[in-house]
Amino acid sequence: MAAFTLKINGREHQIDVDPNTPLLWAIRDNVGLTGTKYGCGVAQCGACTVHLDGQTLRSCSLPVSAVGKSEVTTIEGLNSKEGGAVQKAWAALDVPQCGYCQSGQIMSATALLELNPKPSDQDIDLAMNGNLCRCATYVRIRAAIHAAAKSLEG
Amino acid sequence: MSLLRTGAAALLVGSLAAAALASLSGLQRADAAPEAARVAGGLRPVSDFAQIKNKEERAAALFEEAGKVLQSPRCMNCHPAGDRPTQTDRMIPHQPLVVRGEAGMGASGGLACTTCHHEANFDAAGVPGNPKWQLAPIEMAWQDKTLGQICTQIKDPNRNGGKNLAQLVHHMADDELVGWGWHPGAGRTPAPGTQQQFGELIKAWVDAGAACPKG
Repeated sequence: MAAFTLKINGREHQIDVDPNTPLLWAIRDNVGLTGTKYGCGVAQCGACTVHLDGQTLRSCSLPVSAVGKSEVTTIEGLNSKEGGAVQKAWAALDVPQCGYCQSGQIMSATALLELNPKPSDQDIDLAMNGNLCRCATYVRIRAAIHAAAKSLEG
Repeated sequence: MSLLRTGAAALLVGSLAAAALASLSGLQRADAAPEAARVAGGLRPVSDFAQIKNKEERAAALFEEAGKVLQSPRCMNCHPAGDRPTQTDRMIPHQPLVVRGEAGMGASGGLACTTCHHEANFDAAGVPGNPKWQLAPIEMAWQDKTLGQICTQIKDPNRNGGKNLAQLVHHMADDELVGWGWHPGAGRTPAPGTQQQFGELIKAWVDAGAACPKG
């Protein structure tokens, strides 16, 4: 076990864990933020997506010891204007079915819009194809990303 | 209602995890060569080629030996002919879909290599990593090429990142991303031999005039 300080959603959290613990479990079990989901544990489904210094990260794929001073943002701390627009569009279009994968979907969609405010269908596919949805809400996800982009045009 | 939601979520976790683990175990089975096969597939030392008196033939033979590394899946997977890398010893398309992008790190705004691949291998998640992790530029594509074509390409400064032969030897013998091929993490077959043996073969090939195998 070793002590680590994680900066998550603007707050510092002291945790004492095995250095090889995936960030996902530190977020969920040690910090108590359970909006980030465990789906596969092998970076194949995207349910655990968070932002690390603004970039998407599969939190199951990174050990706590490698986080360093980077800033982690989870679904609970998503407060950028793009994040707000995505969440509003998600609600307006009733995107989720069971909802389990949706925090990962929203984190990826937000990161996409932060880098590319007017994504094409192909841009969306390239950004979102690593986020699986077993309820097959993909059509609504794509529509909601377009809607969020439009709402940000001002 | 709450019970229903919890049940649905639990089913989802189960099915996502099962699908991913089934896929991972498939990858690992395909990827892990038995130790005996790996050792048998090692590299012959430079001294084995001293008997070839014709310099050009010796150079070509040395490159063919080094080609066991260049054409191993650990190297070829990130030198694709198209925009998408491959993975495993079967060199299947990378899952999920990622593309080279302008800098070899994924499409701008799309899925970046660094979303999953970090500074080091992380065996707990089965994800390989290296500080220089990225796709080779398209001019360095090796898949679908013969070893002779790869050899010609590797010597061409317009297609090897502007390297002369001395820099090429240094790159092959010492570069850490090249070196990852022999330390690919659990469940992956390493490139044959060692990076040192590979560097010695490339140096001997250059010293012998850097002729390429035919074909």
